[in-house]
Amino acid sequence: MPRYAALIYGTEPTPEDMSDSGKWDKIMQEYFNFGEAAAGVIGGGEALQPVSTATTIQVMGGAKGGDVVTTDGPFAETKETLGGFYLLDCKDLDEAISWAAQIPGAWHGKVEVRPVIDFSGAS
Amino acid sequence: MARQGRSASGHRLQRGELIDSLDEIIRIEGGQVLATLIRLTGDMDIAEDALHDAVVVAADVWRRDGTPDKPGAWLTTVARNKALDRLRREAKRQPKEAEAFRLLTEPADVGDTSGDNRDDRLRLMFTCCHPALSPESQVALSLRIICGLSTVDIARVFVVPEATIGQRISRAKAKIAKAHIPYRVPEPHELPDRLRPVLATVYAVFTAGHHAPVGELDARVDLADEGIRLSRVLVELMPDEGECVGLLALTLATNARRRARLDSNGEIVLLADQDRSLWDTAAIAEASALVESVLRRGRPGAYQIQAAIACLHGSAPSYADTDLAQIAELYGLLERRWPTPIVRVNRAVAVAEVEGPRAGLDLLAELVGTPIERWHLYWSARADFQRRLGIYNEAADSYLHALECPSNDSDRRLLLRRLSEVRGEGAVRP
Repeated sequence: MPRYAALIYGTEPTPEDMSDSGKWDKIMQEYFNFGEAAAGVIGGGEALQPVSTATTIQVMGGAKGGDVVTTDGPFAETKETLGGFYLLDCKDLDEAISWAAQIPGAWHGKVEVRPVIDFSGAS
Repeated sequence: MARQGRSASGHRLQRGELIDSLDEIIRIEGGQVLATLIRLTGDMDIAEDALHDAVVVAADVWRRDGTPDKPGAWLTTVARNKALDRLRREAKRQPKEAEAFRLLTEPADVGDTSGDNRDDRLRLMFTCCHPALSPESQVALSLRIICGLSTVDIARVFVVPEATIGQRISRAKAKIAKAHIPYRVPEPHELPDRLRPVLATVYAVFTAGHHAPVGELDARVDLADEGIRLSRVLVELMPDEGECVGLLALTLATNARRRARLDSNGEIVLLADQDRSLWDTAAIAEASALVESVLRRGRPGAYQIQAAIACLHGSAPSYADTDLAQIAELYGLLERRWPTPIVRVNRAVAVAEVEGPRAGLDLLAELVGTPIERWHLYWSARADFQRRLGIYNEAADSYLHALECPSNDSDRRLLLRRLSEVRGEGAVRP
C-alpha cells in the first residue's frame, strides 16, 4: 500500500497564542480527535519544535568531505513553516487527500501531501 | 508490389487502403482501446506501448486476413497479450511492472463492464483531470491520452512550444504513477469539485474538433463528435449537474451548424450568410429542450448561458430575425460570471451587432497589450469593427496581426480575403 507524508505547514504560535490556554487546548483536542479517527492509516508522524530551533547544514564543494557550513534557522525563511508531519498508509492519492483534509493543520494552515518512495521492491 | 488482404466485407485491400483504414480505426477506436488497456494495466506508458505493439501486428495480420469484424476488440486483446508478454519479462526486475502484471492477470479486473466501469474513458477522464494536476496538464494529458492527439497538434492548440507540452504530459504521467492518482469515477459527494476540470477538458476537446487548430476547419470533426459523446456520458452519469446538461446543449447547438460553415469550395461561410436549411434542426431542438429544462432549475452556469446563446442563434429563422439584443445581454451575464478575455471578445462582437462597431471596439480597448493578442479571432474581431467604421488602413493592420497568430488554413484564407478587400477599399477611398 502506498505511503504518503502529510507535511503540516502553518504560522507558528506566538507566545500569546501559547498563553491562551483555551485556544491551545482546542487545537490539541482537534489533533487528538484526528489521531483517533485516522488510527487505521497513520503509520507514524512527529510534531516539530519551532523553526527558531532549526539548524541548516550544507557540505560545500558538492562532494562528501567538504567544509560543513552550519546556519542558524530553517532551509527557507517563510511565513508558514513545517510544523510536523504524519505518515499515512492509503490505497491512493484520493484517500490520502481525504485524510489530509481532516488534519487540523489543513484549516489552521496548509498540508502538503507527498508520496513516499517505496524501496522495498527495488533490486 | 504490395501484398494484398481481404477486408471483412470480402474485398481485397491495397496497401494504401489498408493503412487508411487502420488509421481510421485507430482514430475512432484508439481512445477506447487505450482507456481499457490503462484500466487493465494501471499504467499509461505500458498501455501506450502495448497499443503501439498491437498496431504493428495489425498492419501485418489485417493485410493477410482482412480487417476483423470488431477491430477495437481485436486490438484490445492483442495489446493486452503484448502487455502481458512484456510485463512477464520485466516483472522480476521492476516493482511497477510487477504491480501492472498483477493487475493484468487478475481475472476480476478483466472485461469488467458492470456498473461504475461502464465507461473506461470517463474514468480515465477523471484521472487526467484530477485536481492534483495543474489545469494546463489536465487538458494536455486528456487530449493526448483520451483523444489521441499528437504533442505537435496539442502545442498548436495551446500556442506553446512542443517541448513544453511534452514536459507537461510526461510530468503529469509521472505524478499519476508516483502519487497513485486512482483510475476511478469519484463518489457522488466528490463530484461538484471534481467535475469542473472535466467539463473544461471536454469542452476543449469539442472546440479543438469544431475549430481545428491546424489544417482545414473541419479536419478534426471527429473530436467534435467525441466531445459531444463525452458530454452525453457526463449527463447520463450526473443528470442533476446543470452544467453537464449545459455543456451537452452547447456542443449540440454549436455542432448543428457544422454543415453550413463551409461552401462548396471549402471556404468559410459566416453565421449571417449560412444556408440555414443545412443546419441540423433535430440537434438544435434537442439542445433547446435541454437548455429550457436546465435553466428552470435556476442555477445558470457558464455552459448553460453559452448554450442559451447558441440556441437563440440556432432557432432564429434568419440572421435578421435573431434576438441579438438578448444575445448581447447574455454575454454580459456570462462575462460577470466568467470574466475571461475570450468572453470579452465574444461579447464585443455581440454588442457591436446591436450598438454598432464603435461600441465593440471600445470593449476591446482594455485587452490591448494582453496575451489575448496571440489569438487570431481577437484581431479579426478588431479588424471587422475597423472595417465597418471605414478605417481601412487600421483594419488592414489588424488582419495582418491576425495572420501572424496561429490559425488553421481555412481561417487563414478568410483573413487573407478580408485583407485584400480592405486594401482595395483603402485604395479607392484614401
